[in-house]
Amino acid sequence: MISELEELYQEVILDHSRRPRNFGDLADAAVRVHGDNPACGDEIHLGVKFGTDGGLQDIKFTGHGCAISQASASLMTAKLKGKSRAEATEMLRAFHDLVTDETAEAPKMLGDLRLLQGVRKFPQRVKCAMLAWRAVEQALQQSAGESTISTETEFVTP
Amino acid sequence: MHQVASGGIDWKAIREDFPILRERAHGHPLIYFDSAATSQKPRAVLDALRNYYEHENANVHRGLHELSSRATEAYEKSRQQVANYLGAASADEIVFTRGTTESINLVAQAWGGKFLRDGDVVLLTEMEHHSNLVPWQLLAERTGAQLRFVPVCDDGTLALDRLSSLLTPEVKLFAFTHVSNSLGTINPVRELCEKARAVGALTLVDAAQSAGHMPINVRELGCDFLAFSGHKMCGPTGIGALYGRAEILDSIPPWHGGGEMIVSVTLEKSAFKKAPHRFEAGTPNIAGAIGLAAAIDYIESIGRAAIFEHDAQLAGYAMERLAELPGMRVLGPSAERGALVGFVMEAAHPHDLTTFADQYGLAMRGGHHCNQPLMRRFGLPGTTRASFYFYNTKGEIDRMIEILRDAVRFFS
Ligand SMILES: Cc1ncc(COP(=O)(O)O)c(C=O)c1O
Repeated sequence: MISELEELYQEVILDHSRRPRNFGDLADAAVRVHGDNPACGDEIHLGVKFGTDGGLQDIKFTGHGCAISQASASLMTAKLKGKSRAEATEMLRAFHDLVTDETAEAPKMLGDLRLLQGVRKFPQRVKCAMLAWRAVEQALQQSAGESTISTETEFVTP
Repeated sequence: MHQVASGGIDWKAIREDFPILRERAHGHPLIYFDSAATSQKPRAVLDALRNYYEHENANVHRGLHELSSRATEAYEKSRQQVANYLGAASADEIVFTRGTTESINLVAQAWGGKFLRDGDVVLLTEMEHHSNLVPWQLLAERTGAQLRFVPVCDDGTLALDRLSSLLTPEVKLFAFTHVSNSLGTINPVRELCEKARAVGALTLVDAAQSAGHMPINVRELGCDFLAFSGHKMCGPTGIGALYGRAEILDSIPPWHGGGEMIVSVTLEKSAFKKAPHRFEAGTPNIAGAIGLAAAIDYIESIGRAAIFEHDAQLAGYAMERLAELPGMRVLGPSAERGALVGFVMEAAHPHDLTTFADQYGLAMRGGHHCNQPLMRRFGLPGTTRASFYFYNTKGEIDRMIEILRDAVRFFS
């Protein structure tokens, strides 16, 4: 059997792609970010609600795309809910390293997101994995309102 | 050359002409189903390139020495071969370009820039590759010309019943693809050209997906321009051509300025050569043109009618076998089609499917295929496309079906 494929599409990832968590519209979202991966047509609509302490009180998404982009969004929302901005920013950086840097260790704080490490062997799929994260990066920067991002603009690690 | 005793064609021997098809990918025998993106190259073309660099390399139309004469002769002979291949009246109707995209941009910028005015219309179709859409958008912005589109029906054919209402006297050019690179639809070029001519519109045919796949004769088709790429028909990358009817080509001002395209130059002003040289500023892709001529020779040694027949059988067989798979939707017409099938599967997104297939040595393309508006038209983010050429086999299609079946199991 093919190990790189199984590493990329681990059972948990396939499960999240088939039944994404936190999938739906967040009615009282403070920020809405529409994210596009024009190279493959993946789309995400991310809603984030911030708590009084500025943390990510709630986060949900809708959209469509490949298994990697859906699973990444699902796992990400599960992980980021309830986190402070500083924690979210740190995870964003750690996740980016995880999927792009061959030598990066997979830090414990990423939890199940570490299962997406297999993406680093598939450079064409990094954008799929990063789409939801690019959207959350934008959300953290603006705190309120709506905006649009695209994976075709350079990802800059915060 | 490729005939066997029975009069049939020895496709197996032909396959042997392509060294790359012996490659392995991820440890599996390569199955190359991405010829619509770019075709593989036979040894004859590789040899022609090598021979040129070993025996003829020099700049063209410049040197007064032996090698320059050889290079110039080979380059101009290639132009004549392209003209013959397309059934053009003269080699002067053939402009060498980098490929389909550059050919279309030449028409849009040089012809469109001179002749199109505010209120004029360029008619396109909903199935155009971005390379036959974006150049017209740029032109429209510059000139105030309008773009209009022939819709695509659910079965992937053009809505021909809408043509008469779209082809009004404001239409100055009707530019459309011969074969759709996503749907496989073969458009009725001759009929479309005739209808355009009736309202005084010129026509441009995007032959990127047809030039290497079926007989083409520009005079029988009745088109004014035709664009194609060498790399999709066994030739090298970076070379292609624009056919332009002599009378029209001669009326178009230069596009790029530089060496080779001038008769005389003073500090203030230049006089330009006639077409086609007027459109070939700078040192051209000499080796590319020679490689393209070798590709044409190679294709003609098999015969385009035979290639079309072979590819149609493969596409038909693929359609038939794909229908066996659960949750399968094949796009485009079920009857006559070009050498490709685009499809979507319930079980897996095109991206996941192509990644999966690639791990088994099967090269397909997943995505929007430079057809974003068309994908939107069908409500799809993208498709998976298997595209064929005469070196592919039914056995490879059987293997594709096995791999797709595994993918369904894997992803559901
Ligand atoms: C229908 C069609 N038109 C135009 C093109 C552009 O060809 P090229 O990239 O060689 O200029 C392609 C190939 O991708 C195509 O399939």
